[in-house]
Amino acid sequence: MADETKAPEQQAAPSERPRSSEGGGGRPGGDRPRFGGGGRGPGGPPREGGGGGRKFFRRKKVCKFCTEKIADINYKDYRLLGQFVAESGKIVPRRLTGVCSPHQHRLAVAIKQARNIALLPFAGRAS
Amino acid sequence: MNRTYELMFIVRPDMTEEDLDKLISTLSAVVPPTGGTVQKVEKMGKRRLAYTVRRFHDGLYVLMVIEGGGPVMHELERRLRVTEPVIKFLTVRVDEEHKRLDKIKKLRDAKKKVSAQPAAPAEAPAAPAAEAPATA
Repeated sequence: MADETKAPEQQAAPSERPRSSEGGGGRPGGDRPRFGGGGRGPGGPPREGGGGGRKFFRRKKVCKFCTEKIADINYKDYRLLGQFVAESGKIVPRRLTGVCSPHQHRLAVAIKQARNIALLPFAGRAS
Repeated sequence: MNRTYELMFIVRPDMTEEDLDKLISTLSAVVPPTGGTVQKVEKMGKRRLAYTVRRFHDGLYVLMVIEGGGPVMHELERRLRVTEPVIKFLTVRVDEEHKRLDKIKKLRDAKKKVSAQPAAPAEAPAAPAAEAPATA
């Protein structure tokens, strides 16, 4: 269970972990926030990404909206929005698409609006 | 009141063109008494819906841009809810968004004009720095 490599934690681990149960699941929620964005984004510290155990961090991905200077992310252009939606209809996380945070937020809002007006599906093929 | 709203609604696909026009004019007639103006009406045509709405798979999309206060949209939405052919609608307030886009456009135009002048190099680094916080 000790995917996350943390020296001080490991010492206390065997006795502490079972006691600090956060209700469902073995991982205590306490040490999660300290990890921050390990493995996410370029230039992150070279330790294993949270939950993936990947050794290599991704090549630098740029935000499509920043590079192409698209300022208007509208619910009406479903083709643009559809690029950031998975087959299942889920919104793709920004660590996969490389979108920057403010644009991802606007994108999410637009996708949700588009879903409400039936331009995008809520759920596609079962996933 | 100068709030701008975008109203998009879906009408059942078996509506005729003239029925649709009648419906649009009925809705447009609601706007002025409540103190608004209809800026644009756009019929976006028949589209396949992403999911089934009231057992319909296609729908006729109509977009209306309306300027007015809250009561205008309140009344309009109330009408839409009871109108039988309308199967879905969505209202989005867009005046803030337009303001932001205009600001970005202005910054970009200013940057372009400045970079067109011969005394460019000092201004060009300043303009992208000013633009970056605006787009963020």
